[in-house]
Amino acid sequence: MSAAVEMLFSATPARTNMARHLYASVLIIVSLVLALPLFAVISSFLIPAPDIWQHLLDTVLKEYILNSLILMLGVASLTLVLGIIPAWLVTMCNFPLSRTLEWALLLPLAIPAYIIAYTYTGILDASGPVQLFIRELTGWQYGEYWFPEVRSIGGAITMLSFVLYPYIYLISRAAFIEQSICALEVARTLGCGPYKTFFRVALPLARPAIIVGLSLVLMETLADYGTVQYFGIATFTTGIFRTWFGLGSSAAAAQLSALLMLFIVVLIYLEYWSRKQQRYHHTSSRYSTLTQKKLRGKYAYFALVLCCLPVLLGFLIPVFFLIKWALLTYPRVINQHFLNMMWNSIMLATCAAVIATVLALFMAYGKRRMSSPLIRIAVNLSGMGYAIPGTVIAVGVMLPFAWLDKLIDGFFRAHFDYSTGLLLSGTLVAVMFAYMARFLAVSLKTVDAGLAKIKPSMDEAGRSIGLNASALIRKVHMPMMRGSLLTAVLLVFVDVLKELPATLILRPFNFNTLAIRAYELANEERLADAACPSLAIVLVAIIPVIYLSRSISMSRPGHDYRP
Amino acid sequence: MYMKYKSLLVIWGSFFLGPQSLAQVDEVNIYSERKEELIRPLLDKFTTETGIKVNLVTGEGDALIKRLEIEGKDSPADLLLATDVARLYRAKSLELLQPVQSDILVNAIPANFRDGEGYWYGLSLRSRVIVYAKARVRPEQLSTYEAMTKPEWKGKVCVRSSSNPYNQSLVASMIARMGVEATEAWASGLVQNFARTPKGGDRDQIKAVAVGECDIALVNTYYLGGMSHSEVVDEKQAAEKVALFWPNQSDRGAHFNISGAGLTRAAKHQDAAVKLLEFLAGDEAQAWYAEMNFEFPVKSGIAVGETLQQWGNYIADDINLDQLGQYNAEAVRLMDRAGWK
Repeated sequence: MSAAVEMLFSATPARTNMARHLYASVLIIVSLVLALPLFAVISSFLIPAPDIWQHLLDTVLKEYILNSLILMLGVASLTLVLGIIPAWLVTMCNFPLSRTLEWALLLPLAIPAYIIAYTYTGILDASGPVQLFIRELTGWQYGEYWFPEVRSIGGAITMLSFVLYPYIYLISRAAFIEQSICALEVARTLGCGPYKTFFRVALPLARPAIIVGLSLVLMETLADYGTVQYFGIATFTTGIFRTWFGLGSSAAAAQLSALLMLFIVVLIYLEYWSRKQQRYHHTSSRYSTLTQKKLRGKYAYFALVLCCLPVLLGFLIPVFFLIKWALLTYPRVINQHFLNMMWNSIMLATCAAVIATVLALFMAYGKRRMSSPLIRIAVNLSGMGYAIPGTVIAVGVMLPFAWLDKLIDGFFRAHFDYSTGLLLSGTLVAVMFAYMARFLAVSLKTVDAGLAKIKPSMDEAGRSIGLNASALIRKVHMPMMRGSLLTAVLLVFVDVLKELPATLILRPFNFNTLAIRAYELANEERLADAACPSLAIVLVAIIPVIYLSRSISMSRPGHDYRP
Repeated sequence: MYMKYKSLLVIWGSFFLGPQSLAQVDEVNIYSERKEELIRPLLDKFTTETGIKVNLVTGEGDALIKRLEIEGKDSPADLLLATDVARLYRAKSLELLQPVQSDILVNAIPANFRDGEGYWYGLSLRSRVIVYAKARVRPEQLSTYEAMTKPEWKGKVCVRSSSNPYNQSLVASMIARMGVEATEAWASGLVQNFARTPKGGDRDQIKAVAVGECDIALVNTYYLGGMSHSEVVDEKQAAEKVALFWPNQSDRGAHFNISGAGLTRAAKHQDAAVKLLEFLAGDEAQAWYAEMNFEFPVKSGIAVGETLQQWGNYIADDINLDQLGQYNAEAVRLMDRAGWK
């Protein structure tokens, strides 16, 4: 162990030592084990389903692909706008409420996509309060006026963007905060106006980080099932389930999922390519106190509206209606059982967040020190599960677990004459494994990004002043990694809190979470009953979200932060 | 030595499995497609009456079937509860169920609502019917599912996506009655009459009829019941603006599906599981389905509440439900071809 730590921080790369080989093998094995669900999905190609494929090609496949692409393009554009502009404004400018908006902009992260979809449909559809109000006000009948349809591909893009833009916001804000103020000041002295500084200096410098955020957003978009299914949009993901449930072919469904991975391979390649293209380095890492520009008059209002809009639409309005519905039902819904569910959710999310971050640390450090293509491929594979629909991942988890259980059972029968049955299948161990297979991408990308800030020269500098490995970790790495680690823990926490399909199918008997309850009720179209568990998810998620935002604000060197 | 290992193992196992696996009480394990809210209270009643503990996992029907399939003979599940007959049919054809012989079940459940060999039993009935806007449609204008394709309904029909199993079952029943060709012509005709591309759930179709987006819609009965008793005002108001119409009353009858259950092949608690099945087909449970979720009892002679009485008497299609399972995949293909999203 200590040899491995020594190796990671040693000044001279030791090419042949034991620790290095051991570390590399463990790293590859762990990555491949985490990628087992994906292999299970890919192995479905062994079962041919030609007539179903012919049918899909003849009828709906084109539409699946087209809709998925439109959805990805739309969500990408909207989240970039909703994420980057407020991030820049609250970081660089001072305007009314800007300190509050810093953390408030993250709030939509706490709302599961399917909940916001159900909520907005309840608000905006023809019999909802908004259209009712319009009709009462004007005396028009339905059909005599134009009103945007929520349940459309445009609506799906909007709903997904509202809950996913915080990834972009979070990551681009961290990037803006880290940017050397000197680079920005030089740009200003060279005659760039504020817009030019943003587009020619700040944005290109932040590009690699933003693309990391974007790839998370797009993977989550691809994996979404609840929203598009409810809105009646035929995407790749709904197609997978239609093929499985409706056409009754789990093999063809798994093959479709494997094709879905092609989308992701392209995404990963784009991200990799973009990092390689990166020619911009911070030439100076000197920081001076960030002086925020004080906006006045119409500029201040403009900035305020721009930053309030995503919070209002993505959080305040849906939460307002959830509260309204919850008030109707809470005496019936909130009881001991409800509190147990809440505890289960928190417990699962906490464990998963810690494990995912530790695994990510292990992999990211390994990758940093030993950049062999084999390691890179293995680590990338283990992060691909993020874009696969949870139910498909879950089946991919069940297969290896059942195999392992049979192996253990056989062993115990042979040696102890005792049947262990299914030891791990249907336990929280399987659930946790599914979370890792699905959410490792989130923690890994975040930790990776943090680690990229620590240049090898810093390790060398530390070594040259006589720091040993543990001192190097304590004095250099920990302070620099703290923000990224926190981000990783909290993102996975919130993701697991909202996670539905894998928990639903893999859980042990009598084990419920808030997300399961919210989904079951919303799926029965009992919005009012679903409001309480949905609100509880939001409440639990809000605390870490606010904490996360504050710690990022304080992470800027020289940034004078007063809450 | 071995004993020591064994006890260690049991302790370790109990950490994952929770206390119920150690307890010596009688129990039944269920994989249920019925949502927890819509089954748990009934199971609690059963536990109070018999002392048999009931453990529950809910989820998507086909995902639960997959879990059963992967777990194989070691699966802890004793019963599979499904909300549509096609899932039970699929579980049976994958050899995941085993037959149950019980006079109580056979006497309570009409033959067309249970499997001929006893692999699965229907426990409640859910009909897919036409709802219409009281203000714009007279019931005399309506007659059959087939007649919904008439030109007078152009742009006036609402129905949810063809990914929904209830639509698949309806279309499967029509394939069984009229053959693929005629059904496909019907589906294409229906698509021609759609007021909008299918979206939302059944309650959304009812709301759309109420507000005037369409005049008629295909929905399951219990959603209408749920809405007329909803705490949300606009749902209640919407439900008051529509009425239910039983289609095909002069020929084969309205389409009925079941929620039902079967004993798994891997069942370890067979006696307790059969006892639970019999309880679910008993008078008390049957009345509960009707009262709590507005489903029709499968057993005849059960007193039902006001809402169900208001819907009136009906003639149900007495098709062999196995056929709904048989034609399920064909129904999906047909709807894909007809452009039913």
